[in-house]
Amino acid sequence: MYNKELQNLLEEVNKCFENINSLKDLEELHTFYMGKNGKITQINQLIKEVPNEEKREFGMKVNEIRTIFNESYENKKNSFLDEELNKKLINEAIDITLPATKISIGAPNILEKLIETVEEVFMSMGYDVVDGPEIEEDKFNFEMLNIPKGHPARDAQDTFYIEGEELLLRSQTSPVQVRTMLEGKGEVPIRMICPGKTYRRDDDDATHSHQFMQIEGLLVDKNISLSDLKGTIDVIVKKLFGESIETRFRPSYYQFTEPSVEVDISCFNCKGEGCNICKNTGWITVAGAGVVHPNVLKMSGYDPEEWSGFAFGFGAERMAMLKYGINDIRAFYNTDLRESRPFDREEVE
Amino acid sequence: MISLEWVQDYIDISDQDLRELAVKITKAGINIEKIISNDIKNLVIGEIVKCENHPDSDHLHVCDVNIGNKVIQIVCGAPNVRDGLKVIVSLPGAILPGNFEIKKSKIRGVESNGMICALFELGLEEKTEENYNKGIHELDSEAPVGEDPIKYLGLNQTLYELDIHKHRNNDCYYHIGFAYEIGAILNRKVILPKDDYKEDKDSIKKYFELKVETDKCPYYLAKMVKNITIKESPEFIKKRLIAAGMRPINNVVDISNYVMLEYGQPTHFFDKDKLGNKILVRNAKDNESVITLDGKKRVLNSNDIVITDGNKPVCIAGIMGGENTEVDENTKTILIESAIFDAVSIRNTANRLDLKSEASIRYGKGLNYEYTEKAINRACHLLEKYADATILSDSVNYDKIDKTLKHVIFKSEEVNKILGINISEDDMKVELNRLGFDFTLNDDKFDVIIPNRRLDIDPYVNDIAEEIGRLYGYHNLVSTLPKVGIRRGKYIGDVKYRKIISKRLRSLGLNEVKSYTLVSPNMANSFNYRNKSQIALPNPMSIDKSVIRTTLLPSLYNVYQYNKSRKINDVLIYEISKTYDKDYNEESLISGLLTGNYLSNGWTIPTKVDFYLVKGIVEDILNYMGFKNRYSFERLNDSNFHPGISAKVLLDKKEIGIIGRIHPKISKDEVYVFEISLNELMKSVKALKFKAANIYPSMEKDMAFIIDKNLESINIVNEIKKLGGKILKEVNVFDVYMGDKLDNDKKSIAYNLLFEDDSKTLTEDEVMKVFNNIIEGIEKKFNAILRDK
Repeated sequence: MYNKELQNLLEEVNKCFENINSLKDLEELHTFYMGKNGKITQINQLIKEVPNEEKREFGMKVNEIRTIFNESYENKKNSFLDEELNKKLINEAIDITLPATKISIGAPNILEKLIETVEEVFMSMGYDVVDGPEIEEDKFNFEMLNIPKGHPARDAQDTFYIEGEELLLRSQTSPVQVRTMLEGKGEVPIRMICPGKTYRRDDDDATHSHQFMQIEGLLVDKNISLSDLKGTIDVIVKKLFGESIETRFRPSYYQFTEPSVEVDISCFNCKGEGCNICKNTGWITVAGAGVVHPNVLKMSGYDPEEWSGFAFGFGAERMAMLKYGINDIRAFYNTDLRESRPFDREEVE
Repeated sequence: MISLEWVQDYIDISDQDLRELAVKITKAGINIEKIISNDIKNLVIGEIVKCENHPDSDHLHVCDVNIGNKVIQIVCGAPNVRDGLKVIVSLPGAILPGNFEIKKSKIRGVESNGMICALFELGLEEKTEENYNKGIHELDSEAPVGEDPIKYLGLNQTLYELDIHKHRNNDCYYHIGFAYEIGAILNRKVILPKDDYKEDKDSIKKYFELKVETDKCPYYLAKMVKNITIKESPEFIKKRLIAAGMRPINNVVDISNYVMLEYGQPTHFFDKDKLGNKILVRNAKDNESVITLDGKKRVLNSNDIVITDGNKPVCIAGIMGGENTEVDENTKTILIESAIFDAVSIRNTANRLDLKSEASIRYGKGLNYEYTEKAINRACHLLEKYADATILSDSVNYDKIDKTLKHVIFKSEEVNKILGINISEDDMKVELNRLGFDFTLNDDKFDVIIPNRRLDIDPYVNDIAEEIGRLYGYHNLVSTLPKVGIRRGKYIGDVKYRKIISKRLRSLGLNEVKSYTLVSPNMANSFNYRNKSQIALPNPMSIDKSVIRTTLLPSLYNVYQYNKSRKINDVLIYEISKTYDKDYNEESLISGLLTGNYLSNGWTIPTKVDFYLVKGIVEDILNYMGFKNRYSFERLNDSNFHPGISAKVLLDKKEIGIIGRIHPKISKDEVYVFEISLNELMKSVKALKFKAANIYPSMEKDMAFIIDKNLESINIVNEIKKLGGKILKEVNVFDVYMGDKLDNDKKSIAYNLLFEDDSKTLTEDEVMKVFNNIIEGIEKKFNAILRDK
């Protein structure tokens, strides 16, 4: 009984999705079969008329038809929804080649970049980074560095004086050596560097600047030698210019160091072959340095019988010009942002 | 300039390659900048074997010249060219002074394969009319054809151009001193030149009285010579002076210069007959004047030293002689002065008079008193030999010089410790001998006497270490690291704060700038919102760099304009630098300038820089430094800034800086700046500590008020906070409205309030009670109207 109807309905259900092309048609179809008066719902009503012994089989068959319909319905529905979503997403497509929104951190001044690199190396070797006043007293800038009034070394520095000879714009960062030693009271060892602004009466051009930065260094401890200075300078120049760089000391003269040396590094550009940068000598002068003069130690409260040390001074501009290939010293102070922006990153070795 | 041929008189360097020697000397500390040699390639001795008139000229000759391996044809215009003459020939390829290259050529149609030369054409003689008229140089008949003529003439010269450090420029600027330096390097002895002469019975004492009335002349020595003949100097003196860059004048003047180049000691020759019988050395009187040898009138003051004849000045001591006692062609009797003057005084006088003479340069560096006598004797020796002089016996002198010997006592290990090397006592002895330092050795203690010629050496073991070190060779030092404790260095004091804030500003997108401390007065006074008085330099180089700035804003504005002129429109910059005011107060300032877009891609609406962005940056710095809830902003009234868009920044009610848009009269573009005092922020930042988030839910409520347009939001916020009590955690503005829906003088601000309790979940009733209380309070206090919820 009703087998025929069931059979027909099954066949109908199997075919009924074939011409469904929209979600709306699909929903109508759903109502047509599964709604309150839907065909499948209706046929299930007939169970009342089915003899008891056949009810179970009838029920199973109806269920089977319902399952088949539902599965097809769900599949169809999902495919319609997917299609619709895809259409929407495709509409949302953007031109991924249009320019990005620029996000960036700011860059340090190029000199500062170099100085930070140097500071990092020296701090790792136990040097503190200190600063001192830019308006200095004669006694710190000259006298306590073994440069008494009337000494010719003063003429060479062409100092900007502010009040007589007593107050001046510091012509070197070396007064910070004196200040640091005075603070140490002759009792504690010292390791410090001082990168700072200095001033001399130079006309500004591509290689001269009336304002420039020195990187001063001072170590005072026990049994410190010129060879220790050489080893220390080795560390910093290798960090800045490469592991293959060699250091050479040449005899020189500064009032506050004895012995004094001029520090040359082997030319990183031509590796000693001779080029423009090293003026065909294979060597480039980068710093002045030496063993701290016993007089300077004494004047600042350190007993030269007990303490010894070394000091050095690099020209920050010169180092940065060499390291980054800058030809005009004014580039540091004019700040064309197109030039300074690329320095916003760390160097990865 | 040092002539090696000259140095050879005092030390044997005949076996040395002069280029290698220069390297050795440079390594030991005297920098040889340049080696100048008068070697000219392609010069040969030739013999004229045929000399005929040029067919097309009345003064040219066509010569066949035998140059050893062949005979070549040369056209020559010299009047003295003739058959059989031995001459100097420069062949094609020779480059003569002035970069003049000899080439094959045709002269009036006749082939010429070189040039027959005069000495001045080879730079071996001065180019004078007289020398020009002499024509080509005639070699003697013994001259070997085909050989190098310069060598044959003994005129081959090598000169070292020195760049020496200040401390060595007194002992290495003269030939004997330089010979000592070579002696130390090569371990050879120096032989001093002859300075003997016959003395007349007649004594100077009969003629001269010397008086010194200044402490700036510790040593004065004079000798007298008579019967001199003024004539040309011998060849070797002329040649050497030319090589050293001095012009030969006559035998007497040349001898004075020659001795100076030997010993570094200037001597001055007075014409005794013009001078009279007295020398008085004293400080000059103010406004006293003298006409110097160059014919110029020099006005002196009491800081200068003068040599007088008892009354009038006859010489500015150590600088230049006076015209009134000048040696001339009729001079017969000379007084020779060899003295020591105060170096600083000489430098100051020379600078003030702008008169740098050979003498003043040397006196200004300081001189070795021992050489005053050596130089005067050497001058007498040469005057006797080359000016027929009779030297009077005795000398007059004044001697107050400090002759204390400089001793250094040390052990060899002290030197080793300074240098970080290990040389034995015996090697140390060798080194000291090389240097020519006298010493004794007792119980492993050296007692070294520093020779007076080494004015640069002070009596410290460090100075000895330097001398030993430079001869040992700094290139032989082994790199070691100091044996010191391990620690990591720190940023100290204000450096620490500068670094922290600098990094923070960079992370916020601002670029660091370094600009000049010295600015023009105009610049210093623009943006002088604090009315600071500045320090003006008494002697600036230029007006542009004459004042020490008290604010960084003008400098940043300059950098902005520099970039703007290069079409860079988004400028986000900062600088942290020290400033000084008239009372020398040092203040570090943090300044920023922002204009253009903060975030953009060029084709969507960008985040433009505005007041609130700059305020955000300032607040971020203040929060970062731990000043949350302690700062506030008040309207600023300053002509440099937009009157409605600028504010003072206050910390604990104290003004620490400003923010604002630059006044449109100054900049049409919207340019924003801030400047705050770093000094005020130098408090240590609190250590980082984790704080767990509140686990009880928070509740948010909104309220909006219509208020007077001029009422600043901060007043409402402060009142809300006061009324909100403990459970009110945050008040945020989420809308500001002014426009059609409101009266002109009104605005509406909407606030979002966040309520939270750390210990329990808040109930609606609890919150509403507070919320309503706030509304009531605000309405009452500010005459505000609550907008629809």
